[in-house]
Amino acid sequence: MPWDLDNDRPIYLQLMERIQQDIIAGVYKPGDKLPSVRDLALDAAVNPNTMQKALSELERSGLVYSQRTSGRFITEDEKMLKNMKLELASEHIHQFLEKMELLGFEEEETLELIQKALKGDN
Amino acid sequence: MKSLLECQGLTKKYNNFYALSNLDLTLEKGQIVGLLGPNGSGKTTLIKLINGLLVPTDGRVMVESMAPGVETKKIISYLPERSSVSEHMRVKDIIAYFADFYDNFNVERANAMFKDLEIDTHARMRTLSKGTKEKVQLILVMSRDAELYILDEPIGGVDPAARDYILHTILTNYNENATILISTHLITDIENVLDRVLFLQNGHLTLNETVDDIRTKWGKSVDALFREVFKC
Repeated sequence: MPWDLDNDRPIYLQLMERIQQDIIAGVYKPGDKLPSVRDLALDAAVNPNTMQKALSELERSGLVYSQRTSGRFITEDEKMLKNMKLELASEHIHQFLEKMELLGFEEEETLELIQKALKGDN
Repeated sequence: MKSLLECQGLTKKYNNFYALSNLDLTLEKGQIVGLLGPNGSGKTTLIKLINGLLVPTDGRVMVESMAPGVETKKIISYLPERSSVSEHMRVKDIIAYFADFYDNFNVERANAMFKDLEIDTHARMRTLSKGTKEKVQLILVMSRDAELYILDEPIGGVDPAARDYILHTILTNYNENATILISTHLITDIENVLDRVLFLQNGHLTLNETVDDIRTKWGKSVDALFREVFKC
Protein backbone atom coordinates (compact mmCIF):
# COMPACT_ATOMS: atom_id res chain seq x y z
CA MET A 1 0.00 0.00 0.00
CA PRO A 2 1.63 3.30 -1.07
CA TRP A 3 1.95 5.83 1.73
CA ASP A 4 -0.57 8.61 1.84
CA LEU A 5 1.34 11.74 0.81
CA ASP A 6 0.27 15.35 0.29
CA ASN A 7 0.80 16.98 -3.08
CA ASP A 8 2.12 20.34 -2.02
CA ARG A 9 4.90 19.57 0.46
CA PRO A 10 8.35 18.11 -0.18
CA ILE A 11 8.14 14.34 -0.30
CA TYR A 12 11.22 13.66 1.84
CA LEU A 13 9.75 15.71 4.71
CA GLN A 14 6.57 13.67 4.62
CA LEU A 15 8.57 10.44 4.57
CA MET A 16 10.47 11.65 7.64
CA GLU A 17 7.23 12.48 9.43
CA ARG A 18 5.74 9.14 8.57
CA ILE A 19 8.76 7.23 9.89
CA GLN A 20 8.78 9.35 13.06
CA GLN A 21 5.09 8.59 13.46
CA ASP A 22 5.78 4.88 13.04
CA ILE A 23 8.49 5.04 15.67
CA ILE A 24 6.19 6.76 18.16
CA ALA A 25 3.34 4.40 17.38
CA GLY A 26 5.67 1.50 18.15
CA VAL A 27 5.78 0.03 14.64
CA TYR A 28 9.54 0.23 15.18
CA LYS A 29 10.93 -0.19 18.69
CA PRO A 30 14.07 1.46 20.08
CA GLY A 31 17.08 -0.41 18.72
CA ASP A 32 15.08 -2.02 15.90
CA LYS A 33 16.61 -2.30 12.48
CA LEU A 34 14.86 -0.29 9.78
CA PRO A 35 14.06 -1.97 6.46
CA SER A 36 16.44 -1.15 3.59
CA VAL A 37 16.07 2.04 1.57
CA ARG A 38 14.89 0.01 -1.40
CA ASP A 39 12.23 -1.84 0.59
CA LEU A 40 10.97 1.32 2.25
CA ALA A 41 10.88 3.11 -1.12
CA LEU A 42 8.93 0.25 -2.68
CA ASP A 43 6.52 0.15 0.24
CA ALA A 44 5.93 3.89 0.04
CA ALA A 45 5.98 3.84 -3.80
CA VAL A 46 8.48 6.68 -3.92
CA ASN A 47 11.83 7.31 -5.52
CA PRO A 48 14.65 5.50 -3.66
CA ASN A 49 16.83 8.63 -3.70
CA THR A 50 14.06 10.56 -1.95
CA MET A 51 13.78 7.85 0.71
CA GLN A 52 17.54 7.94 1.08
CA LYS A 53 17.37 11.66 1.73
CA ALA A 54 14.62 11.24 4.34
CA LEU A 55 16.68 8.63 6.18
CA SER A 56 19.83 10.76 6.03
CA GLU A 57 17.90 13.64 7.57
CA LEU A 58 16.56 11.38 10.31
CA GLU A 59 20.10 10.26 10.90
CA ARG A 60 21.25 13.85 11.23
CA SER A 61 18.57 14.46 13.84
CA GLY A 62 19.90 11.45 15.75
CA LEU A 63 16.67 9.53 15.63
CA VAL A 64 18.21 6.76 13.59
CA TYR A 65 21.82 5.74 13.35
CA SER A 66 23.60 3.65 10.79
CA GLN A 67 26.06 0.89 11.27
CA ARG A 68 28.25 0.76 8.28
CA THR A 69 27.65 -2.78 7.16
CA SER A 70 24.44 -3.80 8.82
CA GLY A 71 21.99 -1.00 8.09
CA ARG A 72 20.03 1.63 9.97
CA PHE A 73 18.66 1.33 13.48
CA ILE A 74 16.25 3.29 15.65
CA THR A 75 17.95 5.15 18.47
CA GLU A 76 17.85 3.58 21.91
CA ASP A 77 17.94 7.00 23.51
CA GLU A 78 14.56 6.88 25.28
CA LYS A 79 14.87 10.49 26.32
CA MET A 80 15.17 11.61 22.72
CA LEU A 81 12.15 9.54 21.73
CA LYS A 82 10.15 10.99 24.59
CA ASN A 83 11.14 14.52 23.61
CA MET A 84 10.11 13.89 20.03
CA LYS A 85 6.75 12.62 21.21
CA LEU A 86 6.26 15.72 23.36
CA GLU A 87 7.27 17.98 20.47
CA LEU A 88 4.74 16.38 18.16
CA ALA A 89 2.05 16.61 20.84
CA SER A 90 2.78 20.28 21.29
CA GLU A 91 2.50 20.83 17.53
CA HIS A 92 -0.90 19.16 17.44
CA ILE A 93 -2.10 21.17 20.41
CA HIS A 94 -1.03 24.45 18.87
CA GLN A 95 -2.77 23.64 15.62
CA PHE A 96 -5.89 22.79 17.54
CA LEU A 97 -5.74 25.99 19.58
CA GLU A 98 -5.33 28.07 16.44
CA LYS A 99 -8.42 26.51 14.93
CA MET A 100 -10.44 27.11 18.10
CA GLU A 101 -9.30 30.72 18.08
CA LEU A 102 -10.48 31.05 14.49
CA LEU A 103 -13.86 29.76 15.64
CA GLY A 104 -13.90 32.56 18.21
CA PHE A 105 -13.40 30.63 21.44
CA GLU A 106 -11.51 32.11 24.38
CA GLU A 107 -8.85 29.89 25.92
CA GLU A 108 -10.98 29.16 28.97
CA GLU A 109 -13.98 28.22 26.88
CA THR A 110 -11.77 25.88 24.86
CA LEU A 111 -10.47 24.29 28.04
CA GLU A 112 -14.03 23.80 29.28
CA LEU A 113 -15.02 22.17 26.00
CA ILE A 114 -12.06 19.83 26.19
CA GLN A 115 -12.92 18.81 29.73
CA LYS A 116 -16.51 18.19 28.71
CA ALA A 117 -15.40 16.10 25.74
CA LEU A 118 -13.08 14.06 27.95
CA LYS A 119 -15.94 13.34 30.34
CA GLY A 120 -17.88 12.12 27.36
CA ASP A 121 -20.83 14.52 27.41
CA ASN A 122 -21.12 16.97 24.58
CA MET B 1 28.36 11.77 -10.21
CA LYS B 2 29.17 10.88 -13.76
CA SER B 3 27.00 12.19 -16.56
CA LEU B 4 25.22 9.69 -18.74
CA LEU B 5 23.57 11.95 -21.26
CA GLU B 6 24.80 15.25 -22.56
CA CYS B 7 23.06 17.55 -25.01
CA GLN B 8 24.85 20.69 -26.17
CA GLY B 9 23.10 23.32 -28.23
CA LEU B 10 20.88 20.57 -29.55
CA THR B 11 18.63 21.90 -32.32
CA LYS B 12 16.19 20.23 -34.69
CA LYS B 13 14.57 22.28 -37.39
CA TYR B 14 11.85 21.19 -39.79
CA ASN B 15 11.77 23.75 -42.63
CA ASN B 16 11.24 26.94 -40.66
CA PHE B 17 9.91 25.27 -37.53
CA TYR B 18 12.20 24.68 -34.57
CA ALA B 19 11.09 21.46 -32.89
CA LEU B 20 14.01 21.85 -30.47
CA SER B 21 16.19 24.88 -30.19
CA ASN B 22 19.58 25.18 -28.57
CA LEU B 23 18.91 22.69 -25.80
CA ASP B 24 21.58 22.10 -23.16
CA LEU B 25 20.97 19.20 -20.83
CA THR B 26 23.06 16.87 -18.69
CA LEU B 27 21.59 13.83 -16.97
CA GLU B 28 23.45 12.00 -14.22
CA LYS B 29 23.39 8.29 -13.52
CA GLY B 30 20.95 6.89 -11.02
CA GLN B 31 17.99 9.16 -11.56
CA ILE B 32 14.40 8.82 -12.61
CA VAL B 33 13.57 11.85 -14.73
CA GLY B 34 10.21 13.06 -16.00
CA LEU B 35 10.15 14.73 -19.41
CA LEU B 36 7.07 16.92 -19.37
CA GLY B 37 5.51 19.36 -21.77
CA PRO B 38 2.33 19.97 -23.72
CA ASN B 39 1.68 18.33 -27.09
CA GLY B 40 4.13 19.47 -29.71
CA SER B 41 6.69 20.83 -27.23
CA GLY B 42 9.50 18.63 -28.54
CA LYS B 43 9.51 15.66 -26.16
CA THR B 44 9.45 12.95 -28.81
CA THR B 45 11.89 14.89 -31.01
CA LEU B 46 14.38 14.96 -28.12
CA ILE B 47 13.85 11.27 -27.46
CA LYS B 48 14.35 10.39 -31.13
CA LEU B 49 17.54 12.45 -31.28
CA ILE B 50 18.93 10.61 -28.25
CA ASN B 51 18.09 7.31 -29.91
CA GLY B 52 19.69 8.27 -33.19
CA LEU B 53 16.40 8.13 -35.08
CA LEU B 54 16.76 11.77 -36.03
CA VAL B 55 19.86 13.73 -36.93
CA PRO B 56 20.32 17.11 -35.24
CA THR B 57 20.24 20.24 -37.36
CA ASP B 58 22.79 21.72 -35.00
CA GLY B 59 24.51 20.89 -31.71
CA ARG B 60 25.12 17.38 -30.46
CA VAL B 61 23.90 14.64 -28.19
CA MET B 62 26.25 12.23 -26.42
CA VAL B 63 25.43 9.09 -24.45
CA GLU B 64 28.30 7.90 -22.28
CA SER B 65 30.48 10.22 -24.38
CA MET B 66 29.42 8.45 -27.59
CA ALA B 67 27.37 9.81 -30.46
CA PRO B 68 24.16 7.80 -31.01
CA GLY B 69 24.92 4.60 -32.89
CA VAL B 70 25.28 0.86 -32.46
CA GLU B 71 27.20 1.17 -29.20
CA THR B 72 24.68 3.52 -27.57
CA LYS B 73 21.77 1.32 -28.66
CA LYS B 74 23.30 -1.49 -26.61
CA ILE B 75 22.96 0.54 -23.45
CA ILE B 76 19.70 2.36 -24.15
CA SER B 77 16.42 0.54 -23.73
CA TYR B 78 13.81 2.50 -25.64
CA LEU B 79 10.04 2.31 -25.57
CA PRO B 80 8.78 4.21 -28.62
CA GLU B 81 5.48 6.07 -28.61
CA ARG B 82 4.14 3.75 -31.28
CA SER B 83 4.30 -0.03 -31.35
CA SER B 84 7.56 -1.40 -32.65
CA VAL B 85 6.75 -5.10 -32.68
CA SER B 86 5.03 -7.08 -35.39
CA GLU B 87 1.33 -7.64 -34.89
CA HIS B 88 1.43 -11.18 -36.25
CA MET B 89 4.03 -12.44 -33.78
CA ARG B 90 3.25 -14.36 -30.63
CA VAL B 91 4.44 -12.81 -27.36
CA LYS B 92 6.78 -15.73 -26.69
CA ASP B 93 8.39 -15.30 -30.12
CA ILE B 94 8.94 -11.62 -29.42
CA ILE B 95 10.60 -12.54 -26.13
CA ALA B 96 12.92 -14.90 -28.01
CA TYR B 97 13.54 -12.19 -30.59
CA PHE B 98 14.52 -9.66 -27.91
CA ALA B 99 16.68 -12.22 -26.11
CA ASP B 100 18.46 -12.92 -29.38
CA PHE B 101 18.83 -9.27 -30.25
CA TYR B 102 19.99 -7.82 -26.95
CA ASP B 103 22.82 -9.25 -24.86
CA ASN B 104 21.42 -7.61 -21.75
CA PHE B 105 17.89 -9.01 -22.05
CA ASN B 106 16.79 -10.92 -18.96
CA VAL B 107 14.33 -13.65 -20.00
CA GLU B 108 13.48 -14.73 -16.43
CA ARG B 109 12.57 -11.21 -15.45
CA ALA B 110 10.37 -10.82 -18.52
CA ASN B 111 8.57 -14.10 -17.90
CA ALA B 112 8.00 -13.26 -14.24
CA MET B 113 6.36 -9.98 -15.23
CA PHE B 114 4.19 -11.59 -17.91
CA LYS B 115 3.04 -14.05 -15.29
CA ASP B 116 2.31 -11.31 -12.73
CA LEU B 117 0.20 -9.43 -15.24
CA GLU B 118 -1.45 -12.65 -16.44
CA ILE B 119 -0.51 -12.11 -20.06
CA ASP B 120 -0.69 -15.24 -22.20
CA THR B 121 2.65 -15.46 -23.97
CA HIS B 122 1.15 -17.76 -26.61
CA ALA B 123 -1.18 -15.02 -27.82
CA ARG B 124 -0.45 -13.13 -30.99
CA MET B 125 0.03 -9.39 -30.61
CA ARG B 126 -2.92 -8.49 -32.83
CA THR B 127 -5.33 -10.40 -30.60
CA LEU B 128 -4.38 -8.32 -27.54
CA SER B 129 -6.10 -5.16 -26.37
CA LYS B 130 -4.37 -1.79 -26.70
CA GLY B 131 -3.51 -1.69 -22.99
CA THR B 132 -2.14 -5.23 -22.99
CA LYS B 133 0.01 -4.48 -26.03
CA GLU B 134 1.47 -1.53 -24.15
CA LYS B 135 2.19 -3.72 -21.17
CA VAL B 136 3.95 -6.29 -23.36
CA GLN B 137 6.23 -3.66 -24.83
CA LEU B 138 6.97 -2.06 -21.51
CA ILE B 139 7.88 -5.44 -20.00
CA LEU B 140 10.24 -6.11 -22.90
CA VAL B 141 11.91 -2.74 -22.48
CA MET B 142 12.21 -3.02 -18.69
CA SER B 143 13.62 -6.55 -18.94
CA ARG B 144 16.88 -5.28 -20.35
CA ASP B 145 19.74 -4.41 -18.02
CA ALA B 146 20.29 -1.07 -19.67
CA GLU B 147 22.02 2.08 -18.50
CA LEU B 148 19.43 4.44 -19.90
CA TYR B 149 15.75 3.59 -20.20
CA ILE B 150 13.76 5.96 -22.35
CA LEU B 151 10.03 5.53 -22.06
CA ASP B 152 7.87 7.62 -24.38
CA GLU B 153 4.36 7.73 -22.90
CA PRO B 154 4.57 4.33 -21.19
CA ILE B 155 1.40 4.33 -19.11
CA GLY B 156 -1.14 6.22 -21.19
CA GLY B 157 -3.33 3.31 -22.20
CA VAL B 158 -3.15 1.01 -19.19
CA ASP B 159 -5.62 0.85 -16.33
CA PRO B 160 -4.76 2.37 -12.93
CA ALA B 161 -4.06 -0.99 -11.26
CA ALA B 162 -1.62 -2.00 -13.99
CA ARG B 163 -0.13 1.49 -13.80
CA ASP B 164 0.66 0.89 -10.13
CA TYR B 165 2.24 -2.44 -11.03
CA ILE B 166 4.30 -0.81 -13.76
CA LEU B 167 5.56 1.93 -11.44
CA HIS B 168 6.35 -0.74 -8.90
CA THR B 169 8.23 -2.62 -11.62
CA ILE B 170 10.19 0.47 -12.52
CA LEU B 171 11.14 0.95 -8.85
CA THR B 172 11.99 -2.72 -8.38
CA ASN B 173 14.22 -2.90 -11.42
CA TYR B 174 15.73 0.47 -10.81
CA ASN B 175 19.39 0.31 -9.97
CA GLU B 176 21.62 3.12 -8.88
CA ASN B 177 23.65 3.09 -12.09
CA ALA B 178 20.69 3.34 -14.41
CA THR B 179 18.78 6.42 -15.44
CA ILE B 180 15.18 6.37 -16.55
CA LEU B 181 13.74 9.13 -18.72
CA ILE B 182 9.95 9.05 -18.85
CA SER B 183 7.80 11.26 -21.03
CA THR B 184 4.20 11.42 -19.87
CA HIS B 185 1.13 13.55 -19.34
CA LEU B 186 0.09 11.57 -16.27
CA ILE B 187 2.18 13.61 -13.88
CA THR B 188 0.26 12.92 -10.67
CA ASP B 189 0.66 9.18 -11.15
CA ILE B 190 4.43 9.28 -11.41
CA GLU B 191 5.38 12.38 -9.45
CA ASN B 192 6.43 10.46 -6.33
CA VAL B 193 8.81 8.19 -8.20
CA LEU B 194 10.66 10.96 -9.99
CA ASP B 195 13.92 12.58 -8.88
CA ARG B 196 13.70 15.43 -11.26
CA VAL B 197 11.49 16.90 -13.94
CA LEU B 198 12.21 18.71 -17.18
CA PHE B 199 9.68 21.10 -18.70
CA LEU B 200 9.83 21.53 -22.46
CA GLN B 201 8.04 24.49 -23.96
CA ASN B 202 8.07 25.18 -27.71
CA GLY B 203 11.35 23.34 -28.09
CA HIS B 204 13.04 25.09 -25.17
CA LEU B 205 14.02 23.55 -21.85
CA THR B 206 12.32 25.91 -19.39
CA LEU B 207 12.69 24.02 -16.13
CA ASN B 208 15.08 21.42 -14.76
CA GLU B 209 14.50 20.87 -11.02
CA THR B 210 14.08 18.10 -8.50
CA VAL B 211 10.52 17.33 -7.44
CA ASP B 212 11.21 18.31 -3.84
CA ASP B 213 12.87 21.58 -4.86
CA ILE B 214 9.76 22.44 -6.88
CA ARG B 215 7.57 21.71 -3.88
CA THR B 216 9.82 23.75 -1.60
CA LYS B 217 10.08 26.74 -3.96
CA TRP B 218 6.54 26.90 -5.25
CA GLY B 219 4.67 25.13 -2.45
CA LYS B 220 2.81 23.03 -4.96
CA SER B 221 3.02 19.73 -6.77
CA VAL B 222 4.69 19.32 -10.15
CA ASP B 223 1.25 18.63 -11.58
CA ALA B 224 -0.11 21.92 -10.22
CA LEU B 225 2.94 23.82 -11.45
CA PHE B 226 2.57 22.26 -14.89
CA ARG B 227 -1.08 23.35 -15.09
CA GLU B 228 -0.08 26.86 -14.13
CA VAL B 229 2.90 27.18 -16.51
CA PHE B 230 1.11 25.64 -19.48
CA LYS B 231 -2.33 27.11 -18.86
CA CYS B 232 -4.25 27.33 -22.13
